[in-house]
Amino acid sequence: MQQIVQVTDLTKQFKNLTAVDGLSFSVNEGDVYGFLGQNGAGKSTSIRMMLTLIEPSNGEIEIFGMKLAKHRREILSQIGAVIEKPDIYKYLSAYDNLKLFAKLSGINPSSQQLMDQLEMVGLAHRANDKVKTFSQGMKQRLGIGIALVHNPRLIILDEPTNGLDPQGIADIRNLILHLSRESKKTVIVSSHLLSEIEQIATRVLIIDKGKKLVEGNANELFDPSQTIVELQTMDNVFALQQLKQSKWLNNLQAPRNNAIVLKLDRKEIPILHTDLAQMQVQLLSLQPRHSLEDYFLQITSNNQHVDHYTN
Amino acid sequence: MWTIIQIELFKIFRRPRTYIAFGAIAALIGIIQFGLKLDGKSYTDFLMKDIGGSMEIEGNVLNGYLICYIMLQLLLVHVPLLVALIAADMISGEANMGTLRLLLSKPYSRTELLLAKFFAATVYTLMLLVWLAFLALVVSIWIFGVGDLFLMKSSYVVLLNEADVFWRYTGAFCFAALAMVTVAALGFFLSIFSENSIGPIVATMSIIVFFTILSTLNIPVFNIIKPYLFTTHLNSWKEFFDIKVSDTNDAIIGSIQNPQRIINSVFVLILHIVGFVGASIWVFNKKDVLS
Repeated sequence: MQQIVQVTDLTKQFKNLTAVDGLSFSVNEGDVYGFLGQNGAGKSTSIRMMLTLIEPSNGEIEIFGMKLAKHRREILSQIGAVIEKPDIYKYLSAYDNLKLFAKLSGINPSSQQLMDQLEMVGLAHRANDKVKTFSQGMKQRLGIGIALVHNPRLIILDEPTNGLDPQGIADIRNLILHLSRESKKTVIVSSHLLSEIEQIATRVLIIDKGKKLVEGNANELFDPSQTIVELQTMDNVFALQQLKQSKWLNNLQAPRNNAIVLKLDRKEIPILHTDLAQMQVQLLSLQPRHSLEDYFLQITSNNQHVDHYTN
Repeated sequence: MWTIIQIELFKIFRRPRTYIAFGAIAALIGIIQFGLKLDGKSYTDFLMKDIGGSMEIEGNVLNGYLICYIMLQLLLVHVPLLVALIAADMISGEANMGTLRLLLSKPYSRTELLLAKFFAATVYTLMLLVWLAFLALVVSIWIFGVGDLFLMKSSYVVLLNEADVFWRYTGAFCFAALAMVTVAALGFFLSIFSENSIGPIVATMSIIVFFTILSTLNIPVFNIIKPYLFTTHLNSWKEFFDIKVSDTNDAIIGSIQNPQRIINSVFVLILHIVGFVGASIWVFNKKDVLS
């Protein structure tokens, strides 16, 4: 598969703060590349360097096989981006915003093409309304429409679900999946919400404090056989005693958030539920958590730096 | 490049804020014209009271030409604020709205973007001056008619023949346009450093006020820098209304008393424009966009 983005030893120093520290990663054509990290991890700074908004202190970015520093214009003409909030001209209509950014992207689409684009992001019925009357979700969808208007090869979405309600988040997720599966686009999507990335990404990069923690295939990072379960009971001391004396002893993990934590196969959850009832443990909640989420929290909180565990 | 210029002009003229300046000028000029139409004689009597005994003026003193001069004196002090309202918002406004990062991720260089924005700000400034000229000169002529232009300077009076006035206004407005473009360039430069519009607008006006005070203060130590301050030259449009006199003390039609002053002022203002825009490009190309 063709490599579309190659970032090597990327570093950004702001006075005494190293926002991005020797970051290297690559994105293949057709990937939905999840860029994960907690707030302040360096995701946005890295993305801004890929869009020439921030000058790297060190390192190199190659996109479409060309060096960004030398071929800025050719590269940016093939990228569509939404950077953090979808800020667009509030005093203009959705149609005018789309037309304006289409022209800035080097194309001059017909009215019908613009309306089709608005239709794709579900805003055709509000085409002539000023953006200042739009909800956050509508602005986000228009931002994505703008990013796609010139049919770019690479789409970069920085925290695209920020400030959206659950329906808005689902809409954006479906749109990204559509772009990847139907339109065969390469998408880089950053988020601090693991659950979002997990559902759409084919490859994942996790960074913390500007450094790469891990990069790999999402399906390898997310092992469904290793689900983490958090238990809340009426009496956790009693419940823990019972579990230690049962076959679940080896599944017990370090407690977290005042909850009993077990690591087990997803298929074993109903059995655990039955066993707890037999042990007369009064269960308040049983919360399965994905192993990737657990992994993410573990490596970001411990600040372990794991090099390519897989490629 | 032409595409981004078109887009920048489109954005400027679709913003409600743009029309505040046009509205303000129309309102101010309208009120002055209304007042002078109602009670112009009292005003001319007041102007003439110091020289009433020494000379006699015949004809229509309160004509469109005089009214235009009065209004230019009044308004050209305030127009910089109206120019700054847009020019100082060109970059900072985009940063404030969050659209700057989207603009800069498009396949145009920062230099192209800045030049397009400055060009658009210049077009706005020129249109403002054309609007001012139309209302202050054309409409005043239409309401008050034409006549010889009688001007009272600080230590002398100037009487310009009716046929010798219009071209002077053309020159004065062209010069005023250059002066206002200099103000626009200053506001534009300051807008690079801020992520909200208020700061650069206030800073532009503060700098103009500060240097205007330095330019007008009669303290010898400041005389060295005065010729190089752009504020010293903002009012050089008045030079168009000083006329040469012959040995027999007759006014020489079509002459300007000190054309070299105008040329110097033009040179200084153009240098400032080039300096401000050049500095904007230099700073902006190095700037990390964090907004």
